Amino acid sequence: MIRATHYMLMNRLTPFLFVIILSFMGVDVHSQWTDINMTEGVTDISRDVFNLHMLIFYICVAIGVVVFGVMFYSMFMFTRKKNPEPAKFDDHKGLEILWTVIPFLILIGMAVPATNTLKEMYADEEGDINIQVVGYQWKWEYKYLEDNVNFFSNLTTDQDEIYNQVPKGENYLLEVDEPVVIPTGKRIRFLITANDVIHSWWMPDFAIKQDAIPGFINTAWTVVEEPGIYRGQCTELCGKNHGFMPVVVKVVTPEEYELWVAEKKEAAYQLALLTEKEWSLSELMLKGEEVYAKNCVACHQTNGMGIQGIFPKLAGSEIVLNNKSRNVEILMEGVQGAAMQSFANQLSEIDIAAVITYTRQAWGNDSDGDGKIVVPKEIVEYKENKNNI
Amino acid sequence: MSAVVESHDHHHGPAKGISRWLFTTNHKDIGTLYLWFSFAMFLIGGAMAMVIRAELFQPGMQIVEPEFYNQMLTLHGLIMVFGAVMPAFVGLANWLVPMMVGAPDMALPRMNNLSFWILPFAFGVMLSSLFMEGGAPNFGWTFYAPLSTTYAPPSVTFFIFSVHILGASSIMGAINVIVTIMNMRAPGMTLMKMPLFVWSWLITAYLLIAVMPVLAGAVTMMLMDIHFGTSFFNAAGGGDPVLFQHIFWFFGHPEVYIMILPAFGIASHIISTFSRKKLFGYTSMVWAMVSIAILSFVVWAHHMFTVGMPLAAELFFMWATMLIAVPTGVKVFNWVATMFRGSITYETPMLFAICFVVLFTIGGFSGLMLAITPADFQYHDTYFVVAHFHYVLVPGSVFSIMAAVYYWLPKWCGNMYDERLGRLHFWLSFIGVNVTFFPQHFIGLAGMPRRIPDYALQFADWNMISTAGAFLFGASQILFLFIVVKTVMGGKKATPEVWEGAQGLEWTVDSPPPYHTFSTPPLVK
Amino acid sequence: MSGYEKYYVPDQSKLPIYAAFSMFVLIMGAAGTINAVGTGDSISKYVLYFGLALMGGTLFFWFKQVVQEHLAGLDSTQLNQSFVYGMAWFIFSEVMFFAAFFGALFYVRTFSVPWLGGEGEKGLANMLWQDFSPTWPLLTTPDQGSMYNIPNKSMSFPGWDKMLLWLPLWNTIVLLSSSVTVHMAHINLKANKKKKFNIWLGITVALAIFFVGLQALEYYEAYAHYGLTLNSGIYGSTFFMLTGFHGFHVMLGGFMLAVMLTRSVFYNHFKPGHHEHFGFEAASWYWHFVDVVWVMLFLFVYIL
Ligand code: HEA
Ligand code: HEA
Ligand code: HEC
Ligand code: CUA
Ligand SMILES: [Cu+2]
Repeated sequence: MIRATHYMLMNRLTPFLFVIILSFMGVDVHSQWTDINMTEGVTDISRDVFNLHMLIFYICVAIGVVVFGVMFYSMFMFTRKKNPEPAKFDDHKGLEILWTVIPFLILIGMAVPATNTLKEMYADEEGDINIQVVGYQWKWEYKYLEDNVNFFSNLTTDQDEIYNQVPKGENYLLEVDEPVVIPTGKRIRFLITANDVIHSWWMPDFAIKQDAIPGFINTAWTVVEEPGIYRGQCTELCGKNHGFMPVVVKVVTPEEYELWVAEKKEAAYQLALLTEKEWSLSELMLKGEEVYAKNCVACHQTNGMGIQGIFPKLAGSEIVLNNKSRNVEILMEGVQGAAMQSFANQLSEIDIAAVITYTRQAWGNDSDGDGKIVVPKEIVEYKENKNNI
Repeated sequence: MSAVVESHDHHHGPAKGISRWLFTTNHKDIGTLYLWFSFAMFLIGGAMAMVIRAELFQPGMQIVEPEFYNQMLTLHGLIMVFGAVMPAFVGLANWLVPMMVGAPDMALPRMNNLSFWILPFAFGVMLSSLFMEGGAPNFGWTFYAPLSTTYAPPSVTFFIFSVHILGASSIMGAINVIVTIMNMRAPGMTLMKMPLFVWSWLITAYLLIAVMPVLAGAVTMMLMDIHFGTSFFNAAGGGDPVLFQHIFWFFGHPEVYIMILPAFGIASHIISTFSRKKLFGYTSMVWAMVSIAILSFVVWAHHMFTVGMPLAAELFFMWATMLIAVPTGVKVFNWVATMFRGSITYETPMLFAICFVVLFTIGGFSGLMLAITPADFQYHDTYFVVAHFHYVLVPGSVFSIMAAVYYWLPKWCGNMYDERLGRLHFWLSFIGVNVTFFPQHFIGLAGMPRRIPDYALQFADWNMISTAGAFLFGASQILFLFIVVKTVMGGKKATPEVWEGAQGLEWTVDSPPPYHTFSTPPLVK
Repeated sequence: MSGYEKYYVPDQSKLPIYAAFSMFVLIMGAAGTINAVGTGDSISKYVLYFGLALMGGTLFFWFKQVVQEHLAGLDSTQLNQSFVYGMAWFIFSEVMFFAAFFGALFYVRTFSVPWLGGEGEKGLANMLWQDFSPTWPLLTTPDQGSMYNIPNKSMSFPGWDKMLLWLPLWNTIVLLSSSVTVHMAHINLKANKKKKFNIWLGITVALAIFFVGLQALEYYEAYAHYGLTLNSGIYGSTFFMLTGFHGFHVMLGGFMLAVMLTRSVFYNHFKPGHHEHFGFEAASWYWHFVDVVWVMLFLFVYIL
């Protein structure tokens, strides 16, 4: 007996439960708008995209209301109890034509604005400023093609934050040492490519997402009116640290931009001067540890042990211990067809010398190896030799 | 449809012991093997999903390293797609297609057993790669070059070969289904009289034969690039990493319809039975599936809108993709029209089937949004995509499989399942699945990329909810296992018809059906 | 229901699981061997050989059993029809396998190579490969051979004067005529002319072997004199993959025909009066398929 009433109750409750749960989902959509919806962004294009998104969303909701409306109505009204004798019909030509044609027309209604927006996004031409964006495992390089400025942009979030040793900062995982800087009101063109695997450069506020494909160049353009700092991430699985290569763009006024470019050039000049200086072992070690932590730990690990099968260990590596010239060469040229890239462009001569020295001294390598350290001048010489060939 | 069954020639039943399962040529045994195998894979793939969700419970790295996270992610996708959903559908086809068309068995019974036994070996190889040097494949289930070639761990070679034999298994399985349907139908069963599940599988099988070899081609090119110096996917030699994606998705998109068409067939049977009404628009249902299948070959690049294709290609693939909403809509409307003025009861299979229609449609809507290229620039590779495809795959394909199990299990083993537990399982799953995947729409739109083990702080709340839902959903599948085992062990005996008003040849034979069902074909009028 | 024949459902069989197991051994061995190239691992190689042997053995017994069932008259017209459908769709799946490689060829020729060379909508890529200009056949690579070996000669049509020394032309002639001879064999089989059947089939097998020989010669030329290897960039890659897989299928098809020949000559199968000769027909369809693929290859790989 209990069983029977239970069934009846369930039978009656079923449609209600469906509706209640589904309307919950509907309510959610409207609670806290910004956290749960696409950003409107800060460019004309991004606003177009947002509006397009809302348009198709509402159309889908409307269709859903109609379709589920009829369905829930049937679920309420045509239960076994209320309608013991089912109807006999099993087709209706007119109706079927109607519900083929109407969706088709609705689709055309969506396709038209979508096509227009897309054409606009593809209206790509040379920008006022052209920036080549290069994806690396796992950082971005930005080259300002007109100004000869280039630099790498690395994640700065501390390992301790990631591993929950200290509280996480406001821009956890979305902060970098050097954001790419662009001026307001200028047409910027990004030439996006990659050095190793495919990455994807995503800046939600500009509605730009373009894959960075090694060997090919994709382009995207934008004009931003509002100064500010905008954050995005790499959006193509690119290996272990795919989740740790943010994109940060700093938009400034044109005057500030000019100043920034000038500063960049000056800094490059100062660095060249430093290379000439005599470096002591301890200075190199200090610098090297820093460089290593920033550029190498991702693969070779803090303890220099690498990850078996993928990234070789440097502690006790034959090359690091006893083959100085090959060691320099690997850093400068990278290893063809492996994740080990060339650091010649992304690190200064000082940094390279320091990090090699560091790896040849740390983890007990100093006791086993030939003990030769590398100073910045040697790296400069290496480069000069190479140019002479 | 009515049938005359002559049962004078029931030759020997199943062999005894383990050899029955190892050496069988019987479609029912093989169907059972497929179904249990796929369930085991569902648990393994699900356990990996639990690892993923647990890591994502809070921001920061807690339980696994990024490297291992990627391996979990890859294996989860591969196992769920190739190990859980596809074999489950093949298992259903094995059990049902011969019975539905009135055949004694599948057309090529020995090859049928081979198709099955390849799977445990293939997945054994794939899973064993977890213990190899460098770890398991870590490049996502889509294994884009060059991450999966030049930069892959050594286990990729094992992965490639296991995909090869998996593909061989699928192709043989598909050939078997096609031949059974084309050549083994009972006299009088014309194509347009076939049950819709059979139709859905016929079309699915054609898709399989057309695309699995392409996947084999893709992994072969990977193998050559990795080990034999070719440059298909390397610009330095004149190739293109994007070429890999074109080939992969030429396979991959039809593949996702391979995982939904049989579900369409199942839903059609169940909704009609429990509405006690003939399916509305049989003919248009068939044509809708045919159109979906044909269209599925010309939409693949909607997965690649951001790779920088020329404008004309982007537009073409956008429009073609949007078109798929039309035939799919026809199916949804037909299901609703079937329920309209029916006489509905809500047994567990019907609950799952209705839920399938509703939630699949929601997944379809988000699919349509993804098809809008400019908007996809914002959605692509975010959790919005993850939400989309879990909606079509979990409450879509997986729920349809569960519905099918509840619906046909009494037929298979002769016992009724426990209706109360079945409904409990349904409601827990329904709530669990929505709590898990609905919030992923939000975090996706708000900007969380997929395939990351750690995320920025603004996504924390919804991720926590999603993880809670995932564990609820996962735990309720243990209930499913319990229900199935309980039913197989015993319970109220089922009648041959099982469900009042169920249509089709499979309901004309005993529950459980004899080991060899139609050794003499029934006559279908 | 007059004329109903019982459909043959085989008893339990150990062959399928053996076949699955051999595939397992085979791929473990193959993957292990490939991964171990250059490291001197010796075990995988033997696993591979063992897998091959197992696979060969299983297939042998499997087909033997099917043939015996056929000779015992267990197969009905309907079962034969199943084999016909099965083989047809298997060949279709092979078509799709080749389609992947042809697709890759078309893609690189119409898109990636021109783009890398600065042509077309994505020609900007040339920024990264400044000295590269695209041609087809590609006798250079975008990286100017720093990673790949540049060939000095292609396999394309060498001009009318040197036409007769051009191996692919001979290959085409050989393969096309083998399609004719296998068809002649079929006609004679249907006409119950066993002897002629054997002769025509024998000629076909000989032509198959001749074709493979020519192909081997061509590969030797490519590696030894043209510098054209798998490692020659995308031209070498597509060339060897397409012709290589085709060659592999020729061997397979030729082997199937050879088995049929053996069955006919030594075991006197395909007896007159026995009307189903599906084994032979399947092999000959396969052979025609291989032939069609070659025609496509000749057109798209060698000529255009
Ligand atoms: C069962 C599997 C399945 C199914 C059925 C679908 C169905 C659809 N999918 Fe989905 N999809 C996947 C599985 C599936 N997908 C997977 C696994 C991925 C991710 C792969 C990866 O990257 O890992 C993916 C990704 C994916 C993308 C790429 C997103 C990206 O990476 O950026 C796109 C883009 O167009 C897309 C579109 C669609 C469309 C338009 C449909 C359509 O078929 C939906 C049609 C249905 C409806 C529209 C609802 C019912 C219709 C009506 C009620 C009629 C009226 C409606 C209108 C007129 C709007 N899907
Ligand atoms: C049919 C296919 C299918 C199915 C059924 C599922 C099922 C699930 N998926 Fe899956 N998923 C994919 C196909 C599928 N997925 C694909 C193709 C990808 C993309 C991969 C890629 O990017 O390459 C993906 C990716 C993916 C992600 C994204 C990861 C990322 O991008 O970083 C997430 C995250 O939440 C996720 C979660 C889940 C969950 C919680 C389930 C749940 O439904 C699972 C529930 C099942 C169980 C839990 C098993 C049963 C219970 C037990 C074993 C007992 C133990 C249970 C407990 C301890 C609670 N999946
Ligand atoms: C993206 C991953 C990655 C990063 C970052 C990286 N390496 Fe490597 N490194 C590798 C890989 C992979 C190899 C193995 C290359 C090969 O020989 O196949 C390697 C090899 C080496 C070797 C040779 C070791 C040997 O025994 O063969 C040295 C030395 C080295 N790296 C130093 C460095 C230094 C110093 C840095 C930081 C400035 C660094 N690497 C950053 C991946 C990386
Ligand atoms: Cu770079 Cu993901
Ligand atoms: Cu798709």
